[in-house]
Amino acid sequence: MSALQPFRLPSGGLIDRSRMLRFRFDGDEATGFAGDTLASALLAKGTRIVGRSFKYHRPRGILSAGSEEPNALVELRSDARREPNTKATTIELYEGLEARSQNRWPSLKFDVLAINSLLSPIFVAGFYYKTFMWPSSCWEKLYEPIIRRAAGLGRAAGASDPDRYEHAYAFCDVLVIGAGPAGLAAALVAACSGARVIICDEDFCFGGRLLAERRDMGGTPGHVWTRRVVDELTSLPDVRVMPRTTVFGVYDGGTYGALERVADHLPAPLPYQPRQRLWKIVAKRAVLATGAIERPIVFGGNDRPGIMLASAIRSYINRFAVVPGGRIAIFTNTDDGWHTAFDLAKVGIKVPAIIDSRPAVSPQLAAQASRATRILTGSQVVATKGRNALRAVTVRTPHGTKEIEVDSLGVSGGWDPAVHLCCHRGGRPVWNDAIAAFVPGSLSKGLMVAGAANGMLTLAACLFEGVRVGAEATQAAGFTAKSIDLPKAEDEASAATPLWHVTRSKGKVTRSKGKAFVDFQNDVTADDVALAEREGFRSVEHLKRYTTLGMATDQGKTANVNGLAIVAASTGRSVAETGTTIFRPPYTPVAIGALAGPHRGEGFRPARLTPSHAWAEEQNAVFVETGLWLRAQYFPRTGDRDWLEIVNREVRSVRSAVGFCDVSTLGKIDVQGPDAALFLDRLYINNWSTLAVGKARYGAMLREDGFVMDDGTTSRLSDDRFFMTTTTANAAKVFQHMEFCHQVLWPELDVQFVSVTDQWAQYSVAGPRARDVLAGIVDARFDISNEAFPYLAAAELAALGGIPARVFRISFSGELAYEIAVPARFGDALARTLMEVGARFGIAPYGTETLGVMRIEKGHVAGNEIDGRTTARDLGLAKLMSTRKDYIGRIMSNRSALLDPDRPTLTGFKPADKSARLRAGAHFVPVDGPASADNDQGVMTSVAFSPTLGHWIGLGLLTSGPERIGGRVRAVDPVRNNDVEVEICAPCFVDPQGERLRG
Amino acid sequence: MRICCPYCGDRDLREFVYLGDAAPKRPDPNAPDALEQFTAYVYQRDNTAGAHRDFWYHAAGCHAWLVVTRNTLTHDILAVESAKEVRHETAGR
Repeated sequence: MSALQPFRLPSGGLIDRSRMLRFRFDGDEATGFAGDTLASALLAKGTRIVGRSFKYHRPRGILSAGSEEPNALVELRSDARREPNTKATTIELYEGLEARSQNRWPSLKFDVLAINSLLSPIFVAGFYYKTFMWPSSCWEKLYEPIIRRAAGLGRAAGASDPDRYEHAYAFCDVLVIGAGPAGLAAALVAACSGARVIICDEDFCFGGRLLAERRDMGGTPGHVWTRRVVDELTSLPDVRVMPRTTVFGVYDGGTYGALERVADHLPAPLPYQPRQRLWKIVAKRAVLATGAIERPIVFGGNDRPGIMLASAIRSYINRFAVVPGGRIAIFTNTDDGWHTAFDLAKVGIKVPAIIDSRPAVSPQLAAQASRATRILTGSQVVATKGRNALRAVTVRTPHGTKEIEVDSLGVSGGWDPAVHLCCHRGGRPVWNDAIAAFVPGSLSKGLMVAGAANGMLTLAACLFEGVRVGAEATQAAGFTAKSIDLPKAEDEASAATPLWHVTRSKGKVTRSKGKAFVDFQNDVTADDVALAEREGFRSVEHLKRYTTLGMATDQGKTANVNGLAIVAASTGRSVAETGTTIFRPPYTPVAIGALAGPHRGEGFRPARLTPSHAWAEEQNAVFVETGLWLRAQYFPRTGDRDWLEIVNREVRSVRSAVGFCDVSTLGKIDVQGPDAALFLDRLYINNWSTLAVGKARYGAMLREDGFVMDDGTTSRLSDDRFFMTTTTANAAKVFQHMEFCHQVLWPELDVQFVSVTDQWAQYSVAGPRARDVLAGIVDARFDISNEAFPYLAAAELAALGGIPARVFRISFSGELAYEIAVPARFGDALARTLMEVGARFGIAPYGTETLGVMRIEKGHVAGNEIDGRTTARDLGLAKLMSTRKDYIGRIMSNRSALLDPDRPTLTGFKPADKSARLRAGAHFVPVDGPASADNDQGVMTSVAFSPTLGHWIGLGLLTSGPERIGGRVRAVDPVRNNDVEVEICAPCFVDPQGERLRG
Repeated sequence: MRICCPYCGDRDLREFVYLGDAAPKRPDPNAPDALEQFTAYVYQRDNTAGAHRDFWYHAAGCHAWLVVTRNTLTHDILAVESAKEVRHETAGR
């Protein structure tokens, strides 16, 4: 044993002694070997205390050798990569690893808040609920910060995660979860039968308990057999072997969530390598071979560093060649615990005593124990000693009490099958008296269980069941299962009689002393469980929530069954009658980063760019997100003071000369077929059958409940062909609605439609000089004079010298305006040509802000008004509602409540004091009434500064608005402290007769 | 959860958009009690425990509207049909 690793055995183990790795724990340098976990390397160094407990700040060591670990939680790595609450037992050692203990101050060995442990009589279950009740004003300011500082785990990094995470998908016939003997046997059968197989294990090394035990399999050690099977599986083409991969959840339809730790065993991910990969695996059948978890025994002082699961000691000796101490006693109620004593003897470690709570054990078992070991049957550990680590145990034997000096204690309370994944889709585990543990009950479709996870606790049974269940899964997935050769393995002794809790009251006999922990991670003791029961929390679900038993990040893997058994005993019921709580995904914690995967930052959602986006960037456009689209909001020029100045300039240039705006983001739908007009008639409130070819029309559609869904212009290109537009925001929704109407409501209609939003680039050219500009764009053979191409004309023609184009004489701005569309690939060229041709007419590009100002000046409704709560009548569109046909929403729009004349209706507003600013969201109240909810008469939906009028204007929904034109109300915005008297006017501020747009 | 689209095959839930109960049929707008019938059609829904038929839209696939029969207790998908076919069959009866 070297000075650096005094507890490392000179030989043996599955570590690579040629690769020494340096690491630091709490700043101290230490070494380990490749193949170590942080826990095994710490034990090799002789570290006993690894952390402080959550509530009482008690010193804690390493309990287990796997992902069930409740105690040895550390902060791993530093700075932005710092990860709290990482289990030392699952951290694969790498060169330069840095870890720190958590929940201690100022240091691990001396912790000020360990005083909580002395105050423990008051820190009972429900302490916080009972104590920090009054006054309620203290909850957030005083109690919570103090409690949070005192109780706790590690610290989050507090910086943005520098690593990348991937999402990946896989499909297979048979998924095998767990690569112990049962899982390997199942995978081998399925793979040899030609099925596509995925086999995952959370460990970096396959083999499960075979790595931790000295077992002979047909003449070879278990780990050698494992390597052979893994090599064979790897050589097969349709098998994916996935170490470091935890299947953490079972979902509907044979879908399994798995987390692959791609780079957690490296100091940092390699370039272009994700840190972790989240897999969604779809499997026809899954074999759950997750093994079993040994449970501790509940006795006074059972959390002292040096007390470990007996099976974990075997893992450390046989796999890592590390012994946790020099004098190790065993406290067991199972034959299995004895094997730890035998293995310790083989590596020359003193086992002063085997303390077995059973009155007698089989003579064959007892005969195998070393003569130096005292065998104390019918005995129990009732107390432990040692300040920071175990020094001695007090044993109650049938012949009196003994104290035995030890530095470690292996505890074996029996095995709990890892049934967690069986519960994820609602299955409930059932109690099995034979092994005194829960085993899987009803299983969700496609899921099968093999080996220790199903309560088969011996090696031969695991292999046999692995093959049997593997074959069953293979057959069920549609393959003929082939037989495979199995090595011979003997069934080891595995008898057990449960001992749940070393109780205190035993008459004159020595009582169990000190806190007896049930849930180590949440510091829940046997007394807490008993108290909860006395206070009436008898249902296991209540007990769990009141005591927090099993609610830590380990989900009570080592705690739940003991807790249930204690409740069962105190209520005089059996464990089966008491019932169990069930487990939810994830099996072990999954980083939020892995769940988010690539969906962060710019990858959160894609950005849709219009065909002339690059051109707009060159023009210094400021962009705004509208749905997924990036649209030019306005085009700043040098010297502009603020956005209002820019927008005023853009509006004035449209109203006085000409401007153009990219409207490619509008939803565009090509509707064709003999019934196209009839179909649109049923979708929209207005008529399309009467629309002449070559004409455009504004339309609005309702939802079936009678409220407005969307609006837009649609043009008739031929008898059986329409070009329909939707608002940018509703494009996908409207298209989906049309598919519903066509496929579900009226499949008899002969109509087809397709979204062409991405296929056409479209620009609005607006202003008194719009026709002059357009004349330079459209090929000369087409006549676009006012006579040949009047307001609301629509045509397919050519532009830019033979490029197919569509021109619609429609106006959102109220000016003489056209929308011109060209195939998307010519959009950029069209934008540049518009600038060139328009230069001598004073053309300027404008963005969505200017678009908004001009539509408010004209009183056109937009998303602010079409908010899902307004009817066509509310928006002043009653005259569009056809009375000669049925359409979606017609019947419901005639409900009496929607016909109420007092409903808030679209109206215009001007400030009485022309210098006052209006605010969207302001509520209307009478001029002389209080600004109270009783007086609420509607809301201001849109406001803008009108450069045309020189003051602010607004659109809003006002109770009986149209009848009150000329009157006054107040627009009150208590959020921004704004209270303005406004004049009620018609919702159109510029050119109400529409002379300009017909000019 | 996975839905086997009759046109595209077995696909992940994320390709689909849920709408709701497929049982209500759009009433005859010319019926004398059309308003009552439409009110029920728009608002009345059974909260079924067990087999339930709902509309799903294969938005990231073939754009077909589907009628999915699903057990609301077990999440099992019992049948997937094209809504158009269902409609034609009902019309034929």
